[in-house]
Amino acid sequence: MTQNRLASVKISSTPKGLTLCFAGPLDATSVAPLWLRVQHAAMNTSTALTIDLAQVPSCDTAGAAMLLQAERNHGGTAVFSGATSGVELVLNRIRPAAAVAPPRPLAQGPDWLAVMADAFRGLGDAVATLGQIAVTIARLPSRLRMFRWADFLGAADAAGVQAIPLVVLLGTLIGLILAFQSLVPMRRFGADIYVANLVAVGLIRELGPLLTAVILSGRSASAFAAEIGTMKVNQELDALTTMGVDNTTMLVLPRLFAAVLVMPVLTVLMELSGLLGMLLVLVGNGIPPVTVLHAVAHAVVPGDLFGGLFKSLLFGAAVAVIGCRSGLATGQGPRAVGQSATAAVVGGIVATVALDGLMAVLFNRLGI
Amino acid sequence: MGSVVSVEHVGQSFGGRTIYADVSFEVQSGEVFAILGGSGCGKSTLQRQMVGLLPPSTGKVQVLGQEMYPTDADVLTRIGVMFQGGALFGSMNLLQNVMLPLEMHADLPADARAEIARVKLGLVGLADAVALMPSEISGGMSKRAAIARAMALDPPLLFLDEPSAGLDPITAAGLDRLILDLRDEMAITFVLVTHDLASILAIADRCVMLDAARASVIAAGDPRVLRDENTDKVVHAFFHREMVAA
Repeated sequence: MTQNRLASVKISSTPKGLTLCFAGPLDATSVAPLWLRVQHAAMNTSTALTIDLAQVPSCDTAGAAMLLQAERNHGGTAVFSGATSGVELVLNRIRPAAAVAPPRPLAQGPDWLAVMADAFRGLGDAVATLGQIAVTIARLPSRLRMFRWADFLGAADAAGVQAIPLVVLLGTLIGLILAFQSLVPMRRFGADIYVANLVAVGLIRELGPLLTAVILSGRSASAFAAEIGTMKVNQELDALTTMGVDNTTMLVLPRLFAAVLVMPVLTVLMELSGLLGMLLVLVGNGIPPVTVLHAVAHAVVPGDLFGGLFKSLLFGAAVAVIGCRSGLATGQGPRAVGQSATAAVVGGIVATVALDGLMAVLFNRLGI
Repeated sequence: MGSVVSVEHVGQSFGGRTIYADVSFEVQSGEVFAILGGSGCGKSTLQRQMVGLLPPSTGKVQVLGQEMYPTDADVLTRIGVMFQGGALFGSMNLLQNVMLPLEMHADLPADARAEIARVKLGLVGLADAVALMPSEISGGMSKRAAIARAMALDPPLLFLDEPSAGLDPITAAGLDRLILDLRDEMAITFVLVTHDLASILAIADRCVMLDAARASVIAAGDPRVLRDENTDKVVHAFFHREMVAA
């Protein structure tokens, strides 16, 4: 048999006071359409409030919460009349919990002082992490047994070998897009062949290392943060500490060295793929391959290549350190690992671009 | 019997909130010592201070005759710690987990490390599970494996955090038996953090009890004596599974 779950309220106001006369079961489903009307009526009367429950066969915690909130909104004690013993029992059970004042709403705007303090603390922590890693590298010969070669090779495989298809695919597409977009305007000036110079120098000096670092951030910094973060949440880092094992030597250095090792290789692959993409576009538009290769060889100097590779080393180190640090700084709770992974990706990309800007100024000063 | 752990006037605060203050006790060699108390009283925090993970806000901790802060790496090789969830390394099987401390601190050939790790796993009843990954074993097996790993370097002192939490009564009783056997046969001193009454009464020689409301130690001694004779209302309620009278 289907039970009728509808409830209703009749609001009647007299000079003596306001009466809310309920009928039907008061439960989570039935009180929904009544809630706002009841609170509004209770709030806007300064006379006595009577809550008539004679026609209410049952009431759950949602119904009781509505009635007790109405009493609180009224500001004085309400008279509950006609309640059955079951309804009375629920009301009495809920009353102490309902009497607790709701928590104050959180501050509306951000506390800028706290935000600034957090930012400076974060900067300080980052410098401390760099110092700690430098000290750990210096001490590595005496702690070599804590450096796990299997972890190093695993990280190099995950960050390097498994990234090759993505790097080649993106490199080819970037080369295609750059060449195609440059070809259209340059052809108007009869400068088609200079597209090869433009794309080759752009890829090898800037885009190759930069895009590879972005890929490393997205694939590996997040993975480093998630792996180490999960270990922290599971108390595995505490276990290592109590075994007298240095977390930085065992967890950070293998990942750092792996990232630094694979970054130049991936960067070269990205650059070669980009050049291949460019070659396809130019050859497809009637420029002979020999002419393209000659233009590339003429445009690119060793400084471009080695400058790009030096940057790739720096980017790899920055991305790995940020990923591992995010993992080590993971908090508690189910969202913490996700937040660390996000922080690692964002931090890795921002650090890469900032370092690239710094390198651009430095190379310019050095005339590279 | 000598003291293996000495906690002197230790206190801990977080952000101005005092968790406990002026906690002092000593753990004697060869005993099973329990740290008791309700949820949130700071039992696990106190144990973290004893194993070198959290410098106390006040007071000092000595383990095996050495100050824990700053922590000397040497003392860490002479203690073992079992964390509440086991904290086994998820990327290693049980044998590799137990071998890790040997790999880090002992100059042994790989075969010897594996053999020692197998023996330790056999001691805790996991001889057949050496090749299993932590994700493939039950909670009780995880705790046993974590004890085996904590014993890898044959430390004289083991710290166990909530060893019977989340275990069925039969498995928990088996773990209690294992602790007593290891204490009797291998002369290991145990410091346990627990609120499992049955386990406390079955295996603990002595205990201290912390209370969140009073932020300090409210009782110390033989748990069976505390159960029968202590008149403090919180201690009485704890040992008799009652609500604290207002």
